[in-house]
Order: sequence, then structure tokens, then C-alpha cells
Amino acid sequence: MKKIIIMCGHTGIMFLFIALASSIFTTTLKAGQLTITIKGSTTVLPIAQATAEVFMDRHPGVNISVQGGGSGFGIASLIDGSTDIADTSRPMEKNEVIKAKSKGVYPHEIIVAKDGIAVIVHPSNPVDHLSTNQILDIYTGKVSSWSSLGGTNTKIVVVSRDTSSGTYEAFEKLALKGERVRPDALTTASNKQVAITVANTPGAIGYIGLGYLSSRVKAVKVDGIPCTVKTVISGQYPLSRPLFMYTNGNPRGIINNYIEFVLSEEGQKLVREQGYVGISGHNGH
Amino acid sequence: MTKERIYRWIFSILAFSSLFFLLGIMITLLVQALPMFKKVGILEFIGGKYWYPTYDPASFGILPLILGSAMVTTGAAFVCIPLGVGSALYLHELAGPVQRAIMKPAIEILAGIPSIVYGFFGMVIMAPMVQRFFGIPTGFNAFTASLILGVMATPTVCSISEDALNVVPGSFKEASLALGANRWQTLVKVTIPAAGSGISTAIILGLSRAVGETMTVLMVAGGAAVIPSSIFDPVRPMTATIAAEMGEAVVGSLHFHALFAIGLVLFVITFIFNIIAEMVSRRFRERLGLGR
Repeated sequence: MKKIIIMCGHTGIMFLFIALASSIFTTTLKAGQLTITIKGSTTVLPIAQATAEVFMDRHPGVNISVQGGGSGFGIASLIDGSTDIADTSRPMEKNEVIKAKSKGVYPHEIIVAKDGIAVIVHPSNPVDHLSTNQILDIYTGKVSSWSSLGGTNTKIVVVSRDTSSGTYEAFEKLALKGERVRPDALTTASNKQVAITVANTPGAIGYIGLGYLSSRVKAVKVDGIPCTVKTVISGQYPLSRPLFMYTNGNPRGIINNYIEFVLSEEGQKLVREQGYVGISGHNGH
Repeated sequence: MTKERIYRWIFSILAFSSLFFLLGIMITLLVQALPMFKKVGILEFIGGKYWYPTYDPASFGILPLILGSAMVTTGAAFVCIPLGVGSALYLHELAGPVQRAIMKPAIEILAGIPSIVYGFFGMVIMAPMVQRFFGIPTGFNAFTASLILGVMATPTVCSISEDALNVVPGSFKEASLALGANRWQTLVKVTIPAAGSGISTAIILGLSRAVGETMTVLMVAGGAAVIPSSIFDPVRPMTATIAAEMGEAVVGSLHFHALFAIGLVLFVITFIFNIIAEMVSRRFRERLGLGR
């Protein structure tokens, strides 16, 4: 008898779960009265996610759906009308603009953040500047020792990121110009892990988002320009790029409210928390 | 009567559900891996030397990944066999009740430490130590990964080996001692061979844990998809590749299917391990005439 009662208890709990699940489902449907869709670059994705979460907390009637897929996908979605905002890590190309206009979509460009990639070495490494060509040679395997770069005669330990990473994507475009990273490079899963690896390995070189720099690693000057918030914002630093959100025409209504939030001091603080450079305000850390 | 029937059904369903899961996983792996083999071909996939899944043109060669897994697993064997079997023999033959009471739970706790903790320990402490001790360029390599995987597999090897030693009939040992063999001779010539099947199974299961371990190798092995030429080279085992890349691979792309194909290869490898374990234990049982 007792066992049967316990079993009934279990079924009861099951029903409770089903009821709970269905109630969550219906509330999601109800809240979707005002929906903003954001699609595009995985690099901008963390910014969109972080700002969308806080924005939804402030505006309970608004539902923001954020999706990755890449810059090209975001722009294509903006053109065919399946998204309100397209995130991109590059400006729209000319033929994309022409295609958009032919469909009655007038892309409006907003720079929401800057992405700066610092090239880092171990603090004990005497090398403190590298040219973009030297960085290319190191990462593609043409140069394997620090001696030819003004350092000691030690082997270069190349640290890279997994190919799915946004930082990797930016580095590949800005520094490698699409060439393959040497296959024996160490690959790591996060900016933090690159920093730890380089901090513990005297012969290592790595690259991380500007926001992750610390005193345990040394950022080298690239083409003579130090990686700082200033040089990234001005665009002088070679391994930097602006990050965009595109809307169809000037943003209006709730979409405008969201964009304004991203550009506000609070939104830019979230941008910096994700490891990017804000376009205004204090970037110190 | 009806109550009994209900229980019968419930337990039958529970017992068969693991079979359903196994089937479901196998079918998913096969279906998702198939597009890869159609496009690239099994030989080129398994024998290819370059793993560049996101470049244009992409290359999907997993030989460096297979060799990476093989290297860390072999390395782990050198650590977990002496440690695991050795501590099992100690527990069985030499340890008094006090030592047992301390050692057994300690080894079991070792099994309960989450793999991410091992990985973090390896990343922050072991890798820099290995790098400095051997004076090599980086501590993130197959050697460090092997050490940690070996320690992780030790509890499995130890506890199954000890169980195997415990089921050796006491009469075997008594007979050997009665014939004038000393303790060492009895251990080497009688007890260990009699427990051989169990110890072999223990080792194989321990190693199949090492080959499937993901988090630790992702954090410690270095992640370089290159054919290793020494134990101190960084490697990128198959599990680490799947874990690192699955999150961002576009669903339905060739890269996505390639990761499933790696999963299938891993599955086949652990499957073979299990079959070997089963065969070995059967052969030993027959030889000893212990039956099943």
C-alpha cells in the first residue's frame, strides 16, 4: 500500500512539472507583444545579449530575440525583413547596400563598440614591438625563434584560439589576412586562458581582447603603435575595428529606445564588461 | 497479482530504456556523420593530416586528433596501471584494517573530483611545473595531460582490480602456501593470474575513461592539431575538438557533420575497448574453470 502511495506522489510531481512547463510557455507567448529581433555577427552577439537582458528587465512588455549566424547572415536578414537589427563586425559592402535599396530597405549604420586585439608576450621577453608582417610570419610558421625578432634564442610558442571564437575571427581577418595558423599552435578556449598560458610560458605569444590585458602579460606595440583605448578608438592601432548595428532607416519607437540604451553610459559599461572598447565614456579598468 | 504485473512492467521498461538510449545515440551519430563520409570519404577523413574545418578550402583530416587521443591514453596507461593495480594489491595483501579504512575512501574520493577541477589544477599548477622542470617551451602537452588522465583513471583501475582479487577463492591461496610457496610467489604465481581477467577488465575500463575524458584534455593538452612527434608536443584529442567546436559549428554544415563523425570514431573505439574487456574476462574464466 505504502509503495502505491509513493508512486502516486511521483505521478503528482510529474503533473506539477507539466503544469509548470505549460504555464511558462503561455507567459512567453503573452509577453511577446513588442518584439525586437537581432541577428548577425557572433562578435557582436555578447554585446547584444548583455544589453538585451538588461533592457528587457527595464521594459517588461518587450521581448528581444538575439541570434548569431554571422555578419553576412545578419545583413541578409535585414534585407529580407526577417530582423529589425543586424549586428556586423564589418561595414556593409557596396553591393549589399545596392541590394537593400532595391528592396526598399535603407540601412542605417550605428557604431556600438570597438574591438581591439592586443598581441601579448611574457613580461620577461625583451621584444616589445612587432610589425604586422612579423606577426603574420609568426602565426603562419615562417618564423619559429625569437632570435630573428630581436629576442633571445628561444622557440616561439604560438598561442591561438579555437576557430569558432570571435576574437580569432577578427585576428584572422586583421592580422593573418585569411592565411592558416600553423597547425602546431596551442589553441585555447577563452581570452582568459590565453592570458594564463602566456603569463606562464616565457616563449609564448598570444592575442586577446583589449579588455583582458593585465600586468601579468606584456602587450607589444604593433607597427609602432601601443594597444590602448585611445589608439583603438581613433583607429590608429592596426588590429582594431568598429562593430556595427544596422537598422532599416532611422530607428523608431522601441527599437530606437534599445539603440539609445546600447549607446548610453550604462549600455557602454556592459560593452566594456564583455571585453570590448566602448565608443565613449571611461574605458579604464 | 496485478500489482506484481505492474512492477514487472515498470522494471522491464527501466531495464530496456538504456538499450533505447544506446540505439538512439547510435542512430543519431550515424545519421549525422553520414553526410561527412559521403563528401570526404572515410579514408581521407581518418588518414588526413590536416584539421582546418573553417578555412576555405576546408580540410577534415582527423589523423592528428586520433594520434593525440592515442598518445594521451597510452601515457595515462603508464600512470594508472602501476598506481591502480599497485594500490589494489597493497589493499588486498598488505594493508591492515586502519590503512584500509583510510586508503579506500581516499581513492574513492579521487574518483569523485569533477574533471574540471583536475583540468584547472593541470592548467594552473601542473603545466607550469612540467614546463620548468623539463625546460621545454610549453607545459601544455601530451605528457601533462597523460599524468592527469592517469591519476583520474586510477580509482577505476584500483577498485575493480581489488574486487577481482577479492573473488579469488581462498582455497587457491591456501593450497599454494601449503605447497611451500612464500607470500610473494603465491601473489605472483597464483593470486594475480587468477584475478587476471578482472585486472585486465579494470585496466581497459580505466583507459576507456581516459580516452573519453574531455574537460581535462581540453584545458591541458594544448590543443594543437598536429601529428605529435614526442610526448612533450601539444596535442588535440578528439574529445577536446568536439567540445571546443560544437558550440559554434553552423548546424547542418560540413563542419557540424565532421564533429559527429569524430564522435562516431570515438564511439567505435570505446566499443572495441569494451568488447576486448569482455573477451579477455571470458577467456580467463574458461582457463580457470570458474564458469560465469
